[in-house]
Amino acid sequence: MLAELLATGASGEMLPTLAKNLGVFVLAIMLGFEVIVKVPPTLHTPLMSGSNAISGITIVGALLIAGAHFEGHPWINVVFGFLAVMFAMINVVGGFVVTDRMLAMFKRK
Amino acid sequence: MNFSVLFGLLAQTEPNPTTHQAAALMTKAAEQAEHAAQALQHAAQASRFGVVDFFVYLAYLIAAMLFVFGLKRLSSPRTARNGNIIAGVGMLIAIVVTLLDQHIVGFGTIIAGAIVGGAIGLIAAKKVPMTGMPEMVALFNGSGGAASAVVALAEYWRGKPADLPGDTALTIGLSILIGMVTLTGSVLAFAKLRGTSIRGVRLGNPLAFAGQHYANFLALGVVFILVILLGYTPGAQWAVVIIFILATLLGITLVSPIGGADMPVVVSLLNSYSGLAACATGFVLNNAGLIISGALVGASGLILTNIMCKAMDRSLLNVLAGGFGQDIAAAGSTQAQEGLTVRKMDAEEAAMVLEAAQSVVIVPGYGMAVAQAQHVVAEMAEFLREKGIDVKFAIHPVAGRMPGHMNVLLAEANVDYELLHDLELNSEMPQIDVALIIGANDVVNPSARDDPSSQIYGMPIFDVDKCKTVMVCKRSLNPGFAGIQNPLFFKENTTMLFGDAKQMITDILRALKEG
Repeated sequence: MLAELLATGASGEMLPTLAKNLGVFVLAIMLGFEVIVKVPPTLHTPLMSGSNAISGITIVGALLIAGAHFEGHPWINVVFGFLAVMFAMINVVGGFVVTDRMLAMFKRK
Repeated sequence: MNFSVLFGLLAQTEPNPTTHQAAALMTKAAEQAEHAAQALQHAAQASRFGVVDFFVYLAYLIAAMLFVFGLKRLSSPRTARNGNIIAGVGMLIAIVVTLLDQHIVGFGTIIAGAIVGGAIGLIAAKKVPMTGMPEMVALFNGSGGAASAVVALAEYWRGKPADLPGDTALTIGLSILIGMVTLTGSVLAFAKLRGTSIRGVRLGNPLAFAGQHYANFLALGVVFILVILLGYTPGAQWAVVIIFILATLLGITLVSPIGGADMPVVVSLLNSYSGLAACATGFVLNNAGLIISGALVGASGLILTNIMCKAMDRSLLNVLAGGFGQDIAAAGSTQAQEGLTVRKMDAEEAAMVLEAAQSVVIVPGYGMAVAQAQHVVAEMAEFLREKGIDVKFAIHPVAGRMPGHMNVLLAEANVDYELLHDLELNSEMPQIDVALIIGANDVVNPSARDDPSSQIYGMPIFDVDKCKTVMVCKRSLNPGFAGIQNPLFFKENTTMLFGDAKQMITDILRALKEG
């Protein structure tokens, strides 16, 4: 059944791809719960800023737009690409640096 | 990756026509075109398992794995810093692999965006004071949402929208929705946290027009219908525009009814949204690495949101409905009402009480952050500890304006993290000699425990009233964020230290050193 759907091409591809991605999503959320529940309250602020940096993974999408050449709409990849890379870089650089700054302060006497 | 192109080329080079057999040629060409199209389709499927693709996919998975390892190391302050670096390495791998992608043909825009964004992020991260961390995290959340929305918009218009596959168009719609709600919601949360006023209206207060919740539901419903519609007719550009506008407004109207004191919940929730926005981008690009990373952040934000809600004994819906509490505007009266008596003390007397104690618990709240008193508080705690007094800090999960806010401030002031305790400290309260409350109110309000008619009844509190002596350092008798009078102030074993927290603790420290 699945193979048939795959073989029908574009229209049939939609479901398996979406389903596969949803499966990855659900498992990753569950993994996230297991890992993050163990973070102590003392580190909740660094957890937020650190996870903020991780959500900067959108940079992947941003780079693919800023570096591409869109036929017909060259201004879209320049304007949108610039904005996307800028916003994602704020997250990535700012997130990791500020988290490191905070974590460096957590010391034992 | 480009097998499809290869097949196409092969199909084109094969024919060897002569001009005399035009008709036969036409049919042959048509047949070949059909074969080529089939080959393309097969190639399109084969290309999903191409060697290059496989390694790129592997690299994204490795990046996601490093994020998980990094987050795992956040389970202890000893390993946390190293964990953050591991996550950073994961990000570097993801970025490098993407830059090697053959679809990237120009680097001008990338370099410009990276320099501007990197500089903004670096300067903000280096300069922000620890008290300003909630505002900064709010802005970073917003920037994550913005990146996701912009990527989705660009993906929509990169070719002919009508040619987009249905699932891509659908996830683009979702991505715009989550991204824009995160962006405008975060900017408003930032303004609320900063205490911004527009034309005399404090944004930190709950602000709502009549029927705002219904309007929000309606708008959300319309957006979801349009997102589904986009899945069926990807060419509907007007739907994308309406989704964009409604999502932009929704970010504002969803956050505006929520009071300043509930910001820890909102910031946590927006943190979760920024992760889900990255997830949505992963669905648009069909990239498991993004989906996993975004889901980790989404889960993290949800856990924090849940902890915040539990710490206030309120449901998420109740918090989101808003209208709870007013942001305190000005210093109020220090006179007790209704014939209740308040005992006052000055710094010298307070120092004597502290010196005579064997155990002291300090309960810091947002007031300590506002007064920037963390350093002098830490210094006083250190002084008392050197005298052999057992000093602990009791930090409520919702103290401050974001999860863990007080802990970071005290870590900045060089307080050993082993001294920072959670609600579990309650079991020790009856044995503690002195509880010193600095700029906290609702989290030590016994009404939450004893008075079923109280608005905050059920909220877990520190039972400081069970300590032998309670000292409350506060500017006035003004009620806290919840707008509720605190009976703790009028108990027999409570004394008030009226004044600015920084000034008062500085005076106490001076008296301690002199005495």
